[in-house]
Amino acid sequence: MTEPLLRVEGLQVHFPIKRGVFVDRTVGHVKAVDGVDLTIDRGTTYGLVGESGCGKSTLGRAILRLEEPTAGQVWFDGVDVASLRPEPLRHMRRRMQMVFQDPLGSLDPRQDVESLLAEPLKAHGLGGSGAEIAKRLRELLDSVGLPAAALRRYPHEFSGGQRQRIGIARAITVEPDLLIADEPVSALDVSVQAQVVNLLEELQERLGLTYLVIAHDLAVVRHISDVVGVMYLGSLVEQAPADALYETPLHPYTRALMSAVPVPDPVVEDARERILLSGDLPSPANPPSGCRFHTRCPWRQETRCDDEVPVLRELAPGHLVSCHWAEDVRDGVLQPRSAEQVAATQGVAVAATGTEAGSDGFVGGVDEPISYH
Amino acid sequence: MSAVGGAAGPVLQVEDLRVRFQRRGEVATHAVDGVSFAVAPGETVGLVGESGCGKSVTSLATMGLLPKRGVHVSGSVKLDGEELLGAGDRTLRKLRGKDMAMVFQDPLSSLNPTVTIGTQVVEVLAEHRGMKGDAARREAEDLLDRVGIPDPRRRLGEYPHQLSGGMRQRALIAMSLACSPRLLIADEPTTALDVTIQAQILELLRDLVQGSGTALVMITHDLGVVAGLCDRVHVMYAGRIIETAERRDLFARPRHPYTGGLLASVPRLDGGRGAPLTPIRGSARDTIPWTQGCAFAPRCDVALDDCLVEVSGSEVELADDGAGRQLRCRHPLTPAVPTAGAHP
Repeated sequence: MTEPLLRVEGLQVHFPIKRGVFVDRTVGHVKAVDGVDLTIDRGTTYGLVGESGCGKSTLGRAILRLEEPTAGQVWFDGVDVASLRPEPLRHMRRRMQMVFQDPLGSLDPRQDVESLLAEPLKAHGLGGSGAEIAKRLRELLDSVGLPAAALRRYPHEFSGGQRQRIGIARAITVEPDLLIADEPVSALDVSVQAQVVNLLEELQERLGLTYLVIAHDLAVVRHISDVVGVMYLGSLVEQAPADALYETPLHPYTRALMSAVPVPDPVVEDARERILLSGDLPSPANPPSGCRFHTRCPWRQETRCDDEVPVLRELAPGHLVSCHWAEDVRDGVLQPRSAEQVAATQGVAVAATGTEAGSDGFVGGVDEPISYH
Repeated sequence: MSAVGGAAGPVLQVEDLRVRFQRRGEVATHAVDGVSFAVAPGETVGLVGESGCGKSVTSLATMGLLPKRGVHVSGSVKLDGEELLGAGDRTLRKLRGKDMAMVFQDPLSSLNPTVTIGTQVVEVLAEHRGMKGDAARREAEDLLDRVGIPDPRRRLGEYPHQLSGGMRQRALIAMSLACSPRLLIADEPTTALDVTIQAQILELLRDLVQGSGTALVMITHDLGVVAGLCDRVHVMYAGRIIETAERRDLFARPRHPYTGGLLASVPRLDGGRGAPLTPIRGSARDTIPWTQGCAFAPRCDVALDDCLVEVSGSEVELADDGAGRQLRCRHPLTPAVPTAGAHP
């Protein structure tokens, strides 16, 4: 079984931007996911990190085809999910389930836990007789650490952590192979987060599940992932085994992201060097040319960065990065500039290119020329 | 009981603050139950705890922002020696925004969506500093520039929805800085933001405290934020402070089982993969009233019978626990590795 469970090739999800009162004109596209390749081996966990708006959730939804991909393929166990017809897709969905961020929002408040958990079984024609289903539900609750008495209760009667356990139980009812968890712990208190993280790990070990965990919390992702991918504006900028990524982040964005995560240890915090990024995420409707990160990159160079799109290349075994200057950044040949300097030079550069190419409509965020005195 | 910080005396002194929510026909809830702390000029004090521990209610009570009906506040809150509890609305309105300001978690809901950013910033300047017209406009521009908003003139003419989350939080901070307040209360100011933006905002707050000597109360659940920013930390649980210590001291030697549990349950970016997380049992709902014993006892791994009032005959008190530390626990964690050279 060397074939990976999930293989995503050149996946794109573009949302049209419509304008007009009587006629819907499409005036542009938000490139939420713009050409992502990734593979997940059986029984492993792939962690997908990035800031809000980078397309990580859309990617997760597109894999399950909750979002229709614009282009690309999603091979799940040898079958292309992206081109499956509705009925086979429905059957396929039994094997790929999702855990959502907000457990209260994803559970019907008027269904008790028993009917919530039995619903997926019935939908897929599994479970058999009433007695068999009852037995199965009791096992399920037990495996996520809830008492059997929970069956008769409703979602609002539970705490956040318990609700997330119900969400997980619901996802594993139909014995899936792949579980996509979109921010599974970010709505929970820290002491409860650890319980859910531990539960996910325990279930993986026992049921041999494969996970795609989408999160913005790098510490959580590091803790549970085998391989981590970092997304920025719709594409992967770096992918590596978790330890390698955290020990030697190669892409400037990954470096900045890591240095921004606070560590609960004052000694570490005082000694750390922070790489502050200037400005916000540019609009995905009008992403920067060349390397998409060049508008905020402290290592940006005069050549290549602005006009040449970097490809994802392998620098170390399993360690992919899309940066023209990754080696020089790693070896310390290039030194980062401060956020102010980045903002200043960027203002000049963008203003210059803007006059050449002519005005191309709205450019949001940091792409604006910035005057510094 | 509480230490007076600095030679100049504290900016904010909270003594035995209690907030009770009472609805007719229901048992009262003690959201804040005898909280005391002080903040000196230029000092950053952290209030840490999980949702429902009373940290936000403490800040609202301090600012006098709690509704009157059904809420009973007692104790003492002094700003530069002036009592705020019981002060009239007019007095408070003069102080708020001028001498004390607050930054909330969700910048979108604390800005007026129908008015431009410029008008909202100018409003503060007009109200508290009597500035008008061009002068106020120029000052507003300067303020936005100071908090790192690029192209401030254009931003002044925009509405809150046109700004990104980080930008909105900056605008809010700019407004709270308009009158160089003596006290700034930040209630989870970065929780709704991405980490790279969070780093920018924290840097801004750090500069602010160091530059202008503003006293900062930082309310957060994120121990990482506390570790990087706060001088003194108060850990709260079920409406009471359970442990107080200097920042480095607290993280090096957590004494309360709850503090220790919190630290053990967060995955660290610099920790190894697979290093086990030790969660705290149950959830914040599993508490008992302080009058019956230690509220944390039902979730505590080292709790013994005498943590209950029934057995010991007295409530667990917040007591001095070495240099600059206070602790509310009968069976504190023995530090695994005593830090040499630190406080004895």
